[in-house]
Amino acid sequence: MQFGIFTVGDITSDPTTGDTPTENARIKAMVAIAQKAEEVGLDVFATGEHHNPPFVPSSPTTMLGYIAANTKRIILSTATTLITTSDPVKIAEDFAMLQHLADGRVDLTLGRGNTGPVYPWFGKDIREGIPLALENYALLRRLWREDFVDWEGQFRTPLQGFQSTPRPLNGVPPFVWHGSIRSPEIAEQAAYYGDGFFSNHIFWPASHTAKMVQYYRQRFEHYGHGTAAQAIVGLGGQVFMSKNSQDAKRHFRPYFDNAPVYGNGPSMEDFTSQTPLTVGSPQEVIDRTLGFRDYVGDYQRQLWLMDHAGLPLKTVLEQLDLLGEEVVPVLRREFAKNRPVDVPDGPTHESLRLAAHTPVAATTALPDDLDTAAAIAPARTGAAFGLTRTTQTGA
Amino acid sequence: MTTTERTLAVVSAGLSQPSSTRLLADKLTAATVARLTDEGVTTQVVTYELRDYAQDVMNNMLTGFASPRLQTMIEAVTAADGLIAVTPIFTTSYSGLFKTFFDVIDNRSLTDQPVLIGATAGTARHSLALDYALRPMFTYLHAVVVPTSVFAASEDWGSGDGGVDSRLATLPARIERAAGELATLVAASDRSSRVPDPFELPAGFNPAGFSPSR
Repeated sequence: MQFGIFTVGDITSDPTTGDTPTENARIKAMVAIAQKAEEVGLDVFATGEHHNPPFVPSSPTTMLGYIAANTKRIILSTATTLITTSDPVKIAEDFAMLQHLADGRVDLTLGRGNTGPVYPWFGKDIREGIPLALENYALLRRLWREDFVDWEGQFRTPLQGFQSTPRPLNGVPPFVWHGSIRSPEIAEQAAYYGDGFFSNHIFWPASHTAKMVQYYRQRFEHYGHGTAAQAIVGLGGQVFMSKNSQDAKRHFRPYFDNAPVYGNGPSMEDFTSQTPLTVGSPQEVIDRTLGFRDYVGDYQRQLWLMDHAGLPLKTVLEQLDLLGEEVVPVLRREFAKNRPVDVPDGPTHESLRLAAHTPVAATTALPDDLDTAAAIAPARTGAAFGLTRTTQTGA
Repeated sequence: MTTTERTLAVVSAGLSQPSSTRLLADKLTAATVARLTDEGVTTQVVTYELRDYAQDVMNNMLTGFASPRLQTMIEAVTAADGLIAVTPIFTTSYSGLFKTFFDVIDNRSLTDQPVLIGATAGTARHSLALDYALRPMFTYLHAVVVPTSVFAASEDWGSGDGGVDSRLATLPARIERAAGELATLVAASDRSSRVPDPFELPAGFNPAGFSPSR
């Protein structure tokens, strides 16, 4: 199982001091947080993508490329990559490039964004959010899996004999998670392809997350990618810790009360009881997190949101120390107990590479009960340009 | 003749105690239940004062999700065979609390629901608020609003019963007419026996996206 953190990249004033970081300070803080995550033994760092203040990470692969050069082991991911408003061709190129630079330590989570005007800013219609997510991803998959792509869809200019470069490292595309809070269409999409499903989890009651994950698992099995228990599930989480539970509550309360997402609304006590937010001792965080398994089953990736609501960098780094030293080692041990052997671990480049070279590739075959399966199957294309199809052997 | 059972939800946005808004809601409810009883329908009534849910409703507005007790209430309201919704008129329209409640529920959840709207205010000069504020709101939500809406000004609480000799449509007469309209739709509703599927995908949904005919 993989443990890590995700950042939204918001610039928020510290409600206790009034200090507001500059864009430069916030960007550098995100890098420091990523490096710290690796240092304390976490497995994943994921950044959001936003195109409006108060958020800074508009260019995730630039940031992740820089972090890749300054880390050795941690998986670099996103939370989320906007599949709706970004050109899938550019996503294919950017993440394949990042994958080479990071020696495979890359995956991504696709999402539809949280800001309505981003759609018109990028020439799209928000009413077509779901169709954009479906079609753009269908193209993205082909660009990574087929050397030459002929494409015609509703939303972008057609392609004839197009080759996305660089090709994925070792011919293994980055693993894709599909993120959604409430759209069954996205859970269905993730299940259809046998991709991962990442539930935001943190802003909604656990009962809702449980139903969404259960649905995804059932559909994953329906589409023939394995049993429901083998589906690839990731969860968000949100914690603030002190050695002593009361200190954690006292320290975090002003940040909670003024947080952009839920501030001036429910009490911290109500919100912690109704959502996965945990404010308390490391042991309370351990207990709460282990409880997630009770309603989503054995899962593959747990990411926490740690740097938001104006928390200063120093505090966030201290939180990561607690997470890495006191929480995650216990969670690794406990989550491993009674975990069925046929439930896969969190996907990595190496695990995908191994799977790709094992003959039992049938598990990744797409169902043939849809006429679109033909459109996704490897196409013998590019001939019009005198191009011959080559087998990608990779590095 | 088999016994027929229906559910009727009542949402009152009155603030004071006692509240004339609640009083109107109760009169509309009693009249509707009586009509249904006449038609051989047993009616289960669930009545909610929005004041009791005011903080939950605002928290839902701010966080995007309903607290467990509000969620239970929303499910009861939206699954009912009929809805009686009554608000005081504040500053020429429904109260903010009334509107906020209908803002936080899923905007598809009242589709096809028979609704009787009512309102109260100090004088009859506000009566058109029912037709320029409440009725369009429920129309937007694709609810089926009965033709008669019931407005009660303070003076209406002293009106007669609108007997056969009356030349005026008094409050009791308006309540009776509206209740009859709602009861007919509630009796014909199968809404409370439906099992909603939160994961129902749109017709023709294709996880691989639109596929143009080739």
